[in-house]
Amino acid sequence: MLNQVMFFLFGAMIVIFSLLTVTSRKVLRAAVYLLFVLISTAGLYFALNYNFLAAVQLTVYAGGIVVLIIFSILLTSHVSEKAAMAPVKQSVLSALSVGAGAILTLMTILRFTFVPNPGTDPQYNITDVGNALISYKRDGYALPFEVISVLLLAAMIGAIVVAKKERIKK
Amino acid sequence: MIQNIPLSYYLVISTLMFFIGIYGFLTRRNLITMLMSVELILNSVNINFVAFNRYLYPQQLQGHFFTLIVVAVAAAESAVAIAIIINIYRNFKSVDVENVDEMKY
Repeated sequence: MLNQVMFFLFGAMIVIFSLLTVTSRKVLRAAVYLLFVLISTAGLYFALNYNFLAAVQLTVYAGGIVVLIIFSILLTSHVSEKAAMAPVKQSVLSALSVGAGAILTLMTILRFTFVPNPGTDPQYNITDVGNALISYKRDGYALPFEVISVLLLAAMIGAIVVAKKERIKK
Repeated sequence: MIQNIPLSYYLVISTLMFFIGIYGFLTRRNLITMLMSVELILNSVNINFVAFNRYLYPQQLQGHFFTLIVVAVAAAESAVAIAIIINIYRNFKSVDVENVDEMKY
């Protein structure tokens, strides 16, 4: 009962705040609504018993990316500035096509019955997750872990190089 | 923890979030808000991975780790995108896509 209440609470928060994120005319508010969406998603992960993933979602997404986005908003636009939207015709056409896509996908999903795996709740802790990340045997994820670390390094250097102020040539 | 909640509910939520993200990507004119729409799309895909993993293959953690990797890629992507956006702002004094019609260096 309680998990159902929590699920519907988080689901409703996700949908409502997603809508507000894409429709709000004030960019800073949209960023805060995005923060609420990401926190509700972390709540769903907690409800699914993936505690480590929820913690990563909270720290990386809600703590890192949203702060980065808010910083860049403050750097590039005035707080009271209203964001420009597409013309009405384009908005209506986009809404129609997106609604058609959503209805098609929802019909496909709801027509199919997924049979959940009838197992007991799997018990694993952070140690298992960490061991799987550095293991190169079966069910180990050492290679993607290394690839992602190289990607992060490359992205970090690339971001610094791109955002660096160019020296004025004489 | 997952009794009484069918898998399709999770899929419905992530579908709605995905298409709301696409709507934002199509109608927004500010580069930063377009980036926020992309984050919504990535997040909805993450919900799908996690829900499928938890419901259909609870003994394995493949969806869990895939989601971890998607989160890391999203962080890298948004860092690079924001660096580019700040550079664009420095050159064009605006982050609206209407004003940035030449990307030539």
